[in-house]
This record gives sequence, C-alpha cells and structure tokens, in this order.
Amino acid sequence: MPPQKKPDRELDCLGLYCPEPVFRTRQEIDKLAADQVLEVIADDPAAEEDIKRLVKKLGHQLLELRKEKDRFHFLIKKVEK
Amino acid sequence: MPEKRKLAIIVHSGTLDRLYCAFILGSTATAMDMETHLYFTFWGLNTLVKGALEKAGLPVTYKHMEEQLKKRLGEMKYPTIYELLKRMKASGLLKIYACSPTMEMFGIKKEDLIPEVDEIAGAAAFLDIASDADITLLV
Repeated sequence: MPPQKKPDRELDCLGLYCPEPVFRTRQEIDKLAADQVLEVIADDPAAEEDIKRLVKKLGHQLLELRKEKDRFHFLIKKVEK
Repeated sequence: MPEKRKLAIIVHSGTLDRLYCAFILGSTATAMDMETHLYFTFWGLNTLVKGALEKAGLPVTYKHMEEQLKKRLGEMKYPTIYELLKRMKASGLLKIYACSPTMEMFGIKKEDLIPEVDEIAGAAAFLDIASDADITLLV
C-alpha cells in the first residue's frame, strides 16, 4: 500500500452534534478543488452514517472511514461535477 | 444536471423543540443539496415576526425544563434556531412562505416579518410545491 497522502484540509468536529458535523463538512468540501482530500474527525455517534450519506448524496468519494475508540476519521475526496 | 430533491415542511408550531426539528432537517437538507420549502402558519408564522425567533421557548408541559435546555444548548455550542434559518438561506436553496390568512388573523403585516421571508402564499401554492416534493412533513 502506498503511504496515505496528507489531506489538503482538516476539520475537527469533536464535541459537535448533529447537524453540525454535516454542515461543517459541507462547508469544507465547498472549499476544496476537484480531487483534493478533506479529513474530518468527529465523535458524534450519528456522524458515521450522516457523513457517509452526505458524501454519497453530494457525489463525492469516501476514501476511508476509520474508527478509533469513539472517534471517526473520514477521508473525503472531492469529485468534479 | 439532475433536478434537485425537494423537502417541504409546514411549520405550524412556534415552540423551540419543534422549530429545532424543522430547522435541523431543513438545514441538513440544504447541506445535502436539497431544495427546502418551509410554509409557516399559525404559531409557526408568529415566530417569523421580527424578534420572535429569539424568544421561542418550550410548550407549557415542558416549560420547567426550558432554562436547563437553553443552558445545555449553549454548553454544546449548538446553533440557535435563527442561525439554522440563516444557514439555510445562505445556501440559496431555501424558500420561506408566510400564510396569508394567519397574517390577517393575528394582524401581522409583511413589514413585521424577518427579511428572510420570500413570499406570502396560500394553500394552493403549498399544495403545488408539496405535490412534487420528495418529502413532505408537518411540524
């Protein structure tokens, strides 16, 4: 496996609850250029499904979803539309 | 470009708990690129009067919990209902309709309403919007 490229932007949603992680993730995605990658860290239990569905709905790509203890790490690649 | 999915909500209630329900769903919908149409009537419409959203509280049954809830929302850094409404508006995907008979019943004029209101509308307008919405709710 090639080493993971460093994300272009990072978003810390620790301690934030629905709908904040989704809203802030959307805002950060809007700041990305096509093919750039955003890393989101969240600990709202709802964030796992919420952010997965947001990314799918917007037509972007979830490169990785990793759970570490109570934290979710998402790597989201912006797809040009 | 496919047509956007559409959410339509009748906002009948003017209490904080229900407004949160409507606005959390609405603001999440706009974040998901869905059009959001909010039709305010009765007590919901009354919260569109300038200064009223900031004063929204819990219904009588839960009034004793209001202070505690508001304190907790502050500690959670949770957005206020007006902030959620402004977010939806900033997305360009929100339309707010004010019910005209309700305005007349309560003596509310267009200029009394917050500037985010798009249109004064009636039942036919809402039914037309709702008839091709993907999700329709009454809150």
